[in-house]
Amino acid sequence: MQNHVLDYLDSTVKRVPDKIAFANETDALTFQQVYDQNRALASFFINKGLYKEPVVVFMNKHPKTITAFFGVINSGNFYVPIDEEMPRVRIDLILDNLKPRAIICDAQTVEIAKDFKFDGELYLYDELIQTAVNEEGLTDVRAKAIDTDPIYVVFTSGSTGIPKGVVACHRSVLDYIEQLSETLEFNEETVFGNQTPLYFDACLKELYPTLKFGATTYLVPKSLFMFPIKLVEFLNEHKINTICWVVSALTMISAFGAFKKVVPQYLHTIAFGSEVFPIKQFRIWRETLPNAKFTNLYGPTEGTGMCCYYKVNRDFELDEAIPVGRPFKNTEIILLDENNKRAADGEPGEICIRGTSLTMGYYNNPEKTAEAFVQNPLNTAYPELIYRTGDIGKYNEYGELVFVSRKDYQIKHMGHRIELGEIEVNVNMLEEIKLSGCIYDTEKGKIVLYYVGDMETGELTKILREKLPRYMIPNYIEKLEEMPLTPNGKINRVFLKEKYKKDH
Amino acid sequence: MNEIIEILSGLHPDIDFETADNLVDSKILDSFDIVSLIAEINDNFDIAISAEEITPENFNSAEAIWNLVERLMEE
Repeated sequence: MQNHVLDYLDSTVKRVPDKIAFANETDALTFQQVYDQNRALASFFINKGLYKEPVVVFMNKHPKTITAFFGVINSGNFYVPIDEEMPRVRIDLILDNLKPRAIICDAQTVEIAKDFKFDGELYLYDELIQTAVNEEGLTDVRAKAIDTDPIYVVFTSGSTGIPKGVVACHRSVLDYIEQLSETLEFNEETVFGNQTPLYFDACLKELYPTLKFGATTYLVPKSLFMFPIKLVEFLNEHKINTICWVVSALTMISAFGAFKKVVPQYLHTIAFGSEVFPIKQFRIWRETLPNAKFTNLYGPTEGTGMCCYYKVNRDFELDEAIPVGRPFKNTEIILLDENNKRAADGEPGEICIRGTSLTMGYYNNPEKTAEAFVQNPLNTAYPELIYRTGDIGKYNEYGELVFVSRKDYQIKHMGHRIELGEIEVNVNMLEEIKLSGCIYDTEKGKIVLYYVGDMETGELTKILREKLPRYMIPNYIEKLEEMPLTPNGKINRVFLKEKYKKDH
Repeated sequence: MNEIIEILSGLHPDIDFETADNLVDSKILDSFDIVSLIAEINDNFDIAISAEEITPENFNSAEAIWNLVERLMEE
């Protein structure tokens, strides 16, 4: 039985060694190159005696970055991707949580990494891959591997202001890749156009099926997501037939009318997720590509990538939402009501995940892990964990799962999962600020921040840019004389929402 | 032109948009910005910027954006 994600690569490299595995607009690596470079890199860490430790990969988005991930896994360690797009404060928090002994850089990022507060070593990818392959060491590490060993940690927004590192193992990723590939019918002819950053679990969809099938993944340059026509031309130039993108990347093309000028010629499989797809835009896509398959995907990082899918097979009214659908094979969704009982038919309940897709919890964070990864309340006979997503869902008349709302203040914005609390914590930390309240205008997709304090909005934006990732910066900021409070003394978000609606 | 600078400053208060002339190439504007920028311009000037006009050249400076807006208002 396969128990290691790199078993995919080991068999594929024999079949199609010279085929391109990963490419961007200028560079490409074949399966043979990915195989050789990742084994050389792995040998370096094996020789160093690093084992079962976090190895941070801090490189620009590039085929080599992906190969670095595989090399770290092959050495018996687990990779933690961080990115230049992350603000320094966030990187410091992540390094403090991990205490890594090694960071892999490229020639450009190493200059930035020199300023990091950490005790380990910085390594250059191009130097690591010069290491002679330690055949014996690699075989030894592989023989000891267990499918519950971690392969990566990715960090997600935390409401207390400290990001949480989700730890995933071989078994969950293998399960995910098998179910996803079957559902979306990937094969050797698949040409992926990757949009999502490599520092989230979203890119699993492309990376591992590429190894499994001997497919090809093109990393679409980020700058193209500003220019819809160039973006579609890129898809055509590289004969990209499969994309798994966030909704905002898809609607950017349709809303600006790019299809009137240029149409994707090879695209037949379109998966999307992480947010509501406005039906008006979805219709444009379907009319443009009537023969393509459209699939909505749903799932939290804690459930390893995605855990539910819905293959679009009917039309939707403008005010309808595309369902979350049903879980992948080998995953169960349990809807729990407020009393921890299964929600009655058609009634809303918290979406809880059961199965191999559950990740292992949050790195170095037992408290947060225990809050979300809990004993299945429907089973009192033996230990069995479920993950409580905090999403409220229900079944519609067709028996399809639909998303209803959030239990807390987590939102989805431009495809990113954000805790509004994390933004508030970062604002409240500033000496000049007395109080802040953050809301989300779901209709227009805007993060709105109100605050009371001795600082101008421009100055506040500037400071937040140094502390928060780009996608978490409020789109609208207003200073108030007084913060509206509820009778219990909490920030009155309902009032703020109404105020924002009235003013805009 | 001032209205354009005002919208841009709302997105990036730390940039001097009077002088900056490589907003796209130097990665000051990203895809988040372009989407909200176009939405606001379309609203404020009652025009519709179409896909073929969304090019790096038309968005590299406040002046370039303003030229585009002026052209579309005349049409």
